[in-house]
Amino acid sequence: MRARAISPNRKTKRPDYKIVIGLGSCGIAAGGHKVRSALLEQLKARKLPIEVGETGCIGMCYREVLLDVHDQQGKVYTYGNMTPERLPRFIDEHLLAGTPVAEWLVRASDTPLPDDSFYAKQKRIVLRNCGQMDPERIDEYRARDGYKALEKALKAMTPEQVIAEVLNSGLSGRGGAGFPTGRKWQFARNSPGGKKYIICNGDEGDPGAFMDRSVLEGDPHSVMEGMLIAGYAVGADEGYFYVRAEYPLAVARIKLAIAAARRQGLLGRNIMGTAFCFDVHIKEGAGAFVCGEETALMQSIEGQRGMPRLRPPYPAVSGLWGKPTNINNVETFANVPWIILNGAAAYAALGNEKSRGTKVFALAGKISRGGLVEVPMGITIDEVIHELGGGIKDGRQFKAVQMGGPSGGCIPASLGATTIDFVSVNATGAIMGSGGMVVMDDTTCMVDIARFFLDFTQKESCGKCTFCRIGTKRMLEILNRITQGQGEMADIDLLLDLAEKIKTSSLCALGQTAPNPVLTTLKYFRDEYEAHIRDKRCPALACKALLRYEIIAEKCVGCTACARVCPTAAITGSVKQPHVIDQGTCVKCGSCVAKCKFDAIKVS
Amino acid sequence: MKKPAGPSKKRSPATPQRPDDRAAIAGAIARYAGNKGAVIPVLQEVQAALGWLSLETLAAVAEGLGIPVSQIYGVATFYTQFRLKPVGRHLVRVCHGTACHVSGAEKISEALRSSMGAGDGETTADGKFTVESVACLGCCSLAPVMMIDSETFGRLTPDSAAKAVKEF
Repeated sequence: MRARAISPNRKTKRPDYKIVIGLGSCGIAAGGHKVRSALLEQLKARKLPIEVGETGCIGMCYREVLLDVHDQQGKVYTYGNMTPERLPRFIDEHLLAGTPVAEWLVRASDTPLPDDSFYAKQKRIVLRNCGQMDPERIDEYRARDGYKALEKALKAMTPEQVIAEVLNSGLSGRGGAGFPTGRKWQFARNSPGGKKYIICNGDEGDPGAFMDRSVLEGDPHSVMEGMLIAGYAVGADEGYFYVRAEYPLAVARIKLAIAAARRQGLLGRNIMGTAFCFDVHIKEGAGAFVCGEETALMQSIEGQRGMPRLRPPYPAVSGLWGKPTNINNVETFANVPWIILNGAAAYAALGNEKSRGTKVFALAGKISRGGLVEVPMGITIDEVIHELGGGIKDGRQFKAVQMGGPSGGCIPASLGATTIDFVSVNATGAIMGSGGMVVMDDTTCMVDIARFFLDFTQKESCGKCTFCRIGTKRMLEILNRITQGQGEMADIDLLLDLAEKIKTSSLCALGQTAPNPVLTTLKYFRDEYEAHIRDKRCPALACKALLRYEIIAEKCVGCTACARVCPTAAITGSVKQPHVIDQGTCVKCGSCVAKCKFDAIKVS
Repeated sequence: MKKPAGPSKKRSPATPQRPDDRAAIAGAIARYAGNKGAVIPVLQEVQAALGWLSLETLAAVAEGLGIPVSQIYGVATFYTQFRLKPVGRHLVRVCHGTACHVSGAEKISEALRSSMGAGDGETTADGKFTVESVACLGCCSLAPVMMIDSETFGRLTPDSAAKAVKEF
């Protein structure tokens, strides 16, 4: 029944195809499974023996559902926004007549298309396999040089040589802190002790970030290969994947990857016939942002409340169950096989003098092309947002980009020429972080964004340090007051004072960085705070309590549509007469604005 | 209920009420017994079977693992995944991550509140759905997003969110 991939169909002499559908979380959420089953059904009904495979995230989340067609000549056509309804025409024109449906194509190997600018400046090392292969099949990974880096390390390099290679590549921790990975490995290797651990930190908790999820879903083996190489380098024989509970698909694919690697002798005893032994377990997080912090993460693996402890001792000396432990982020590990195979120099040649290599970013928010990109360090924020990201949605104004999640900050559009590297981004007051980039336009209120992040950190504080536990709560209360129009000018100084104290008297990075969103918005958007406090006005028209909905009598035709949709019956008036909104009853839900066809409702 | 757990005539607080629940707890404990750091995976598995963790359940897990119940309670209350209250048959998780926040997550929650009569952390009167706001589901490019059980719904509007729940 199943045709061999890309082989001529003997019966019809028609060239046939292989189809691959993107089934990462984004693809599934956009309806990938529906498209897949409809396609299988229609192919079967029309007796077309075409193989339909699946792959992980290719990055173009804004075009999901994505469908690739590989033809016999090796050409690849990518269709975007596919739906079951589009399939009959796609089958008729492309699969039967051999003419791709040009208007639905987002990428084609033989034709330039507008979406090519999404890829033009990317350099895909971490994402080299994502969207290019079936993540559930180890043979596809091995066909793409998978586990060759491990073989090279085990058979042709000493552990010291592996560490030197990683050190020379300039690879630094991609979880956000940017500590040199090779140095971390060296510390763990030099720690005395027979038992050592490797941990992969997949507790991607920053709201607005999905890099690690996509890599774990799209290419779990490359992360595991990186862990194995790290295990060989530091002298560990046991590893843990620590993955967020919110990522069920990533967990499922890691489990498959572990089982397949065990079957092929890539995990277990005497790997590849060498003396190296290593095995991997998976631990699912249980929902605590602070567990992204390494000491808290280890507490969680040990079955405790995930509360950070003082460092030193660092995990490299005393980590999991008191043994030397090396913890790296998902993206860091995924870089390692490429570095071992291609050499430190090739990696170090990418980037600028401050940071080497590439970085994966998750573009989200008010950007035209939300998705996953991997760019060389040293690219500017403007390039990422305007060239790769295609600018702001709906033609609106770029206002700021939030980098680094709750620990980071908002970089204003005026600093768009900032190069992306650990030094330059940190200099703005934001942080590189793990790679979330949430883009904001002129409808986003910066005070509200600061309030949003404080609300998050305040809830996620583990409670160990007083200033983090109570200080963030006080800051949140102040921000709530300001966004409700009850702020005072003295509140700004109070915020700055609390911010300083929380930063200096918290044990871990959660508390030390929690005030950053407030500090950066105060630094770059102080006028918005003042407008809320002094004028009781939200310039972005986002803070509900400060809004006023009014009907413009000259424009209102009295169609009654707004009155019917109003949930609190705040709108009154007779048919064909201008209506009026009662300010006391109005709950500012915006339903009337959405309904009015005559642009007769003014929001101020 | 049939057979008392201990010599005492009063039902031990460590014994959950239904035999099925007891079997699920015993099964999870047997699977992880002896493993280091078993508490969290055992609680995850028990919750997956029972839907939530009652005080009785926690006490039974504590007894099975030989760990003080205070410690189990400490773990169960620390992590947001663990539920100490009964839940509806289906779980609606509305994402309030950064991308969803700037794309109108609040309006999605409001729409669900008015159409289902259940706000954050509440269960519908018929016991079918429990609604929860969560920090980030990692589908940021499809914001605003929600999940019903394991199915994800992206690019929501207040109307489409209410419709998705209605049709589920």
